[in-house]
Amino acid sequence: MNSVSLWRLFGVFAKMGAFTIGGGYAMLPLIEDEMTRRDWISREDIHDIIVLSQSAPGILAVNMAIFTGHKIRGLKGSIAAAIGATLPSLLIILLIAVFFTEFKDNPFVQRFFQGVRPAAVALIAVAAVRVARSGCKSWWTWAIAAAALLAVAFLQVSPIWIVLVTLSAAICVSLLQQKKKP
Amino acid sequence: MTGLLGQLFFTFFFIGLFNFGGGGAMLSLIQGQVVTAHPWISQAEFTDIVAISQSTPGPIGINCATYVGYSVMENAGYGTLAGILGSTLATLAVVLPSFIVFFLIIRIFNKFHESRTFADTMRAMRPAVAGLIGAAALVLIFQSDWEGGRLGVSLLRENFPDWKAWALFAAAFALGITKKAGPIVIILGAGVLGLLIY
Repeated sequence: MNSVSLWRLFGVFAKMGAFTIGGGYAMLPLIEDEMTRRDWISREDIHDIIVLSQSAPGILAVNMAIFTGHKIRGLKGSIAAAIGATLPSLLIILLIAVFFTEFKDNPFVQRFFQGVRPAAVALIAVAAVRVARSGCKSWWTWAIAAAALLAVAFLQVSPIWIVLVTLSAAICVSLLQQKKKP
Repeated sequence: MTGLLGQLFFTFFFIGLFNFGGGGAMLSLIQGQVVTAHPWISQAEFTDIVAISQSTPGPIGINCATYVGYSVMENAGYGTLAGILGSTLATLAVVLPSFIVFFLIIRIFNKFHESRTFADTMRAMRPAVAGLIGAAALVLIFQSDWEGGRLGVSLLRENFPDWKAWALFAAAFALGITKKAGPIVIILGAGVLGLLIY
């Protein structure tokens, strides 16, 4: 599979980065399709990569790019794919940011964004409800969710602490349980 | 300026390192650092950035990191070029931990995701992530301040000035949760309604 050029690898990920709206989860099926259709990676391998990408820290789409790029062309491949996945975002957002700072005091732009803001907050709330529906199945999972919510929203605890504490507590509890009943 | 760029780099490096669970969780981490911990960006401005990140192509975490990198430099009065530098640096910093984790950990312990400990940890992380995303929404709805050991909570007027804002919120939430409309349609529709009613 060493025949895939770095430019093509970059190009495939850049295309997905430039045309997929809705973030990493929207990109997953596309990456799977692109990789298997071109016979770059087998369906079995891509499923392993999806699981790994979701469990590693960082940005899902970038993890996917790094893992698949590495599978196809090693270190160089992972860099080419990761640049491909991020460069369109960087360019599009920079264009908007430069443009928006010029016009942000324009009354039309201000009225537009006055309407947009509650909707943007609502979309975050939608994402929270979706993750809670799939992740909260018992009283202790709801307790974790509620504790994280209140600590960050009102006690101004950094989300980084929530991640650290949850990770270490979960690892400890799991190891203890495995020791008790092997 | 190099001091702020350095802070920006480390801030986003840690955000990339501690993000588990997709773009929504990353919004919460970015907000915790650039709105709550550092006074770099106001809640209203962050809301605009989130709206743009949700409705432009590409991973939401990258979009948001890029935009925040630009705004932090711009808000500090360094101008467009510094903004471009800041956004490039923030994007690089947020991606870098993925490489490090991949080459240091995953290639050495390539079966770690099949272990019981790993499965248990992920089961506990998902609700925490749900809480973090919910908190990201609450921080953009309420203003909470600690004064003399007492918590004061009030509505964030910049985002929710009147009942019309709540109507937009309810409509956008209903359309989003039922998947009747995608993020672009919701954001653009709310913007056009904003032009009509404000």
